[in-house]
Amino acid sequence: MKRAFPILAVLTAFLLAYALYQALVVAPTDALQGDVYRIIYYHVPSAWTAFLLFFINFIASVQYLASARPSTQRALKWIVVALGIIGLIAPFVPQVRQQLPVGMYPSSVATTALILVGLYFLIGRYFPGQDLDVLAVTAAEVGVVFCSIVLVTGPIWARPVWGIWWAPGDIRLTATLVLWLIYVSYLVLRRFSDSAQTQKLAAVLAVFGALDVPLVYFSIWYFRTQHPQPVIGGGGSMDPRMLHVLLISWMAFLCFAFLVCWSRFRLEKLRREVEEAEALESLLEPGGPTTQTSKARVPLSRGPQ
Amino acid sequence: MNSASSIKFLYAAYIATWLIHALYLGSLLRRYSRLRQQMKDVGK
Amino acid sequence: MRSFWSITLATLTKDIRLEWRSKDALNAMLFFSLLVVVIFMFSFDPLAEESRHIVGGLVWVAFLFAAVVALNQTWARELRNQVLDAYRVSPAAANALFVAKALGNFILVSLLEALMAPLFVVFYNLRVLGPAWQLIPVALLGTWALVVNGTFFAAMSIRTRSRELMLPLLLFPVSIPAVIGMVAATTSILTGEDSAHFYIVLLLTYDVVFTTACLALFETVLQAE
Repeated sequence: MKRAFPILAVLTAFLLAYALYQALVVAPTDALQGDVYRIIYYHVPSAWTAFLLFFINFIASVQYLASARPSTQRALKWIVVALGIIGLIAPFVPQVRQQLPVGMYPSSVATTALILVGLYFLIGRYFPGQDLDVLAVTAAEVGVVFCSIVLVTGPIWARPVWGIWWAPGDIRLTATLVLWLIYVSYLVLRRFSDSAQTQKLAAVLAVFGALDVPLVYFSIWYFRTQHPQPVIGGGGSMDPRMLHVLLISWMAFLCFAFLVCWSRFRLEKLRREVEEAEALESLLEPGGPTTQTSKARVPLSRGPQ
Repeated sequence: MNSASSIKFLYAAYIATWLIHALYLGSLLRRYSRLRQQMKDVGK
Repeated sequence: MRSFWSITLATLTKDIRLEWRSKDALNAMLFFSLLVVVIFMFSFDPLAEESRHIVGGLVWVAFLFAAVVALNQTWARELRNQVLDAYRVSPAAANALFVAKALGNFILVSLLEALMAPLFVVFYNLRVLGPAWQLIPVALLGTWALVVNGTFFAAMSIRTRSRELMLPLLLFPVSIPAVIGMVAATTSILTGEDSAHFYIVLLLTYDVVFTTACLALFETVLQAE
C-alpha cells in the first residue's frame, strides 16, 4: 500500500499540470469577463472538494456517535437508505423538478444522492471504531484547507469582475464562510479540549454544524431576495467546453485531496500509536507514573474502547 | 476593469491557492519529523 | 423516582435562590450590559439618518455580548462542588438539568435585555415604525436561540483550556442564522419597511431544531466530562 503513494503522487502531479494547462490555455476566453474568469477552475473544484470532505466528516461523526449504541446504528442505516431512495426518486417528480435550479439535471441530483448513500456505507465498512474518528479529524482539517482557498479566491475573483471584494447577500460565499467558521471551531475544540471524550464532543459539534447549514442557506437566501446583490461566481448554464475543463480540474484536485487526506490519516494513526507507547512506557517505569519524563504523559484525548 | 490589469488577479488567485496548500503540506511534514523524533525517544 | 419537571423546577429555584443571595455576579453583569450600550452609543452616531437601520444589529450584538458573559458562569457552581456525577444517573435527570440551566440562563439574559433595551430607546431616540408587538416573539425566540445553544456549548467547554474563550468560539458560528433572523426581524419592525414574518418563522425553526438537538445530545456531553 505504501509503495503506491509515490506513484500516485507523481500521477496526480501530472494530472494537476494537465488541468492547469487546460485551464489557462485550452479553455476559451469568456466573452464578458475576459481571462480573469479562469479563477473558476481553482475556485469551484476547491469548493466541491471542501463540501465533500465536510460531508465525510459529518458521516464519520454520526457513525462514531452511533457506534456506542447498536440500536441507533441500525436505525441510522434504515434512515440513510430511506433518504437515498427519496433522493433517487424525488428529482424526477414534477413538483420537485420545477424547483431545481437552472442547469441542474434530475439525473445528477439522483446520482449524487446515490453516491452520498454509498459513501455512508463504505465509510461504515472500511473505517471501524477509532478509525472513524481519525477519518473525521482528517476530513475536517483538509476540508478547512480547501475551504480557505475558496474564501481567498472568491474575493480575488469578485474584485476585478464586480468591483467589490465581498457581497453579504452572496449565498454561496457567505454560506461557505459560515461552514469554514464552524469547522475551524471544530478544530479548535479538538485542540483545546482535555477531556477523555474529546472525540465525542467534537462529533457532537459536527452534528450541530450540519444542522446549521440549511438554516444558514435559507436565512441568507431570504435576505438576498430583499437586498439583491451580485452573485459572485455567476449562475446559470455554462459553455460545455468550460464545463469540461472544470471537471478535469476537479478530478485533479480530488486526487490531490485524496493523497493529502491519506498522509494526514497516516500521521494521525502514527501519532496515536506513539502516544500510547509513551503512556505505556511511563507506566512501566520503575518508579511508576510519578517519575514520568516531561515528554511522556498519560493521553487524555482517547476514551476506553 | 480592463483585461490587462485584471490578469494579475488571476495569477494572484492561482499563487494563493498553491501557497495555502504548500503551507499545509509543510505543517504535515513538520509534524511527521517531530513524530519520528518522538518515536526514537520512546524506543530508547 | 422524581419526575422530569420536578427535578427541573427544583434545580431552577435553587439556582435562582443562590444567585439572588449573593448578587455580586448579577450586579456586575448588569453593569457590564450598561457599559456595552454606552460604548455603542459613542461608537455609532445616534443622530445619523440611518441609525434606525443599524440599531437592530447593535441591539442584538450588545445582547450577544451580555449573553456570553451570563452563559460563562452556567456550570461554575456545579464544577466547584463537583455535583455533575449525580446527574449522570439517568437520561431524564441529565435533560432536566439542562432545561433547568437553560431556563435559568433565559431568565438571566432576559433580565439583562430588559435593562439594555430601554437604554437603546433613550440613547437612539427610537420610535418603532412597524408592528411593535412583533418585537416580543422576536426577543423571546432570539434569546432562547442564544441561550439553548449557549448552555449546551458551555457544558462542552467545561473541560477545555481557555474555557471562557471556548464558549463564544463555538457559539457564534452556529448562531449565525439565528443572528441574521433576529437582526433582520428587528430592523424590519423598527423601520416598518419589510415584513418580519419570514424571520420569525426562521427563528422558530432554529429554536425547534436546536432545542431538539441539545436534548438529544446533552447526555452524551454530560458523560464526557
